[in-house]
Amino acid sequence: MTMKKNWWKALAVVIMTYVIWVGLLGTVPRQPILNESIRNVYFHVPLWFSMVILMLTSMIFAIRYLRKGQLNDDHISVEFANTAILFGILGCATGSLWASVTWGDPWPNDPKLNSVAVGMLMYFAYLILRNSFDDELRRARISAIYNIFAFAVFVPLIFILPRLTDSLHPGNGGNPAFGKYDMDNAMRLVLYPSVIGMTLIGVWITQLRVRVRRLRDRLDHVNDSVPRAHSTAE
Amino acid sequence: MQQIRVLIGKEFRLEWRQRYALNGMLLYIVSTVFVCFLSFSLRRNQLTPMVWNALFWIILLFTAINAIAKSFVQERSGRLLYYYTLISPQKIIISKIVYNTLLMLVLAGLGFSFYTLVMGVPGEGMDMPLFVGNLLLGAIGFAASLTLVAGIASKAENSATLMAVLSFPVVLPLLLMLIRVSKNALDGLDRSVSLDEIGTLLAIDVIVLALSVMLFPYLWRS
Repeated sequence: MTMKKNWWKALAVVIMTYVIWVGLLGTVPRQPILNESIRNVYFHVPLWFSMVILMLTSMIFAIRYLRKGQLNDDHISVEFANTAILFGILGCATGSLWASVTWGDPWPNDPKLNSVAVGMLMYFAYLILRNSFDDELRRARISAIYNIFAFAVFVPLIFILPRLTDSLHPGNGGNPAFGKYDMDNAMRLVLYPSVIGMTLIGVWITQLRVRVRRLRDRLDHVNDSVPRAHSTAE
Repeated sequence: MQQIRVLIGKEFRLEWRQRYALNGMLLYIVSTVFVCFLSFSLRRNQLTPMVWNALFWIILLFTAINAIAKSFVQERSGRLLYYYTLISPQKIIISKIVYNTLLMLVLAGLGFSFYTLVMGVPGEGMDMPLFVGNLLLGAIGFAASLTLVAGIASKAENSATLMAVLSFPVVLPLLLMLIRVSKNALDGLDRSVSLDEIGTLLAIDVIVLALSVMLFPYLWRS
């Protein structure tokens, strides 16, 4: 039973162990500027992929909340957004490290960096919006609306920004994509599992946080009801 | 259609009765332009087209946020409740967007004429029709996205800060495209160059409009 329910967690652990092992020790193609830092592909790129997947899931749960009005969906939605922010920050950190090694600048003027920064701004604004409401239902409804709106605007942004300035990233602005010649099949065998593994880890973190949130809610209810019971007894 | 027309008329009357708000906005844009002019302490026609353009759109962005932020605060909640018993929420948001678009056009027109008056126009072959068309698309996009955000912010306390924080990232894609097209217009480039951007602008406008109309019914209920 537990195996049936939790197989994906085991899968995440297996995949990530594999990714870390092969990613750090496996053979990688030699590239002029990248050198050994090419291994960051296994960690940096999947972080972005899974961040967008988590944001999308957050939006789907926001839509579900608006349609069905169950507070549980709102909890899931906000925790997915939180995990997406965490992944975004980690992605920035790994990217910044990588950029300072290869491009000699921790924050070059690059559309991908900028669009991610704007995305982060949106989700921080989302969190601030949430904190400005006391009423639970109102908070859930209004922040769900902003969540949907923000994600819908974020998507065109990803397409627009790369046109404004040339990107240093592979595959943009005349730079060859990784897929063209420097990404061999052995690397793909690590990269794609890594995307799946990271996403699963993200879902796992979210699940744990949703549970903590539910427990805290229940605890609040208990704490609220106890003094009231006293006062009626007196 | 009839209802929307009546609602738009109501918005105009409301604005006319509270003229200080309208005058305040007009003064806001004029004084912002003048502050920028003095801050650069330049004689006319000294800014590069790029700076000229970016400054103009930033002024317009701040004016838009200030002007549209009040579109839900202006009416008492009791009165809003009364509208909701009469008509569908879609009509309310559409009428507000149309009104805000017109308001933005007035403000942008005034801002543009005063801006060119003090700052001058950089470059020679400016493509005026393209620039004005771009201004129109900008007004629609600003009005559509900011009206919904104003609705969201008006539900919370401290809505002025929230309005700015929520709207900056949301209008950014729109703003970037607008700046791009108006730069092309300033440089007098051939129109075929900006076709791609105009298409994107139209697409963003449509997305934002559709979302506002779709999401507003959920917003007013709370």
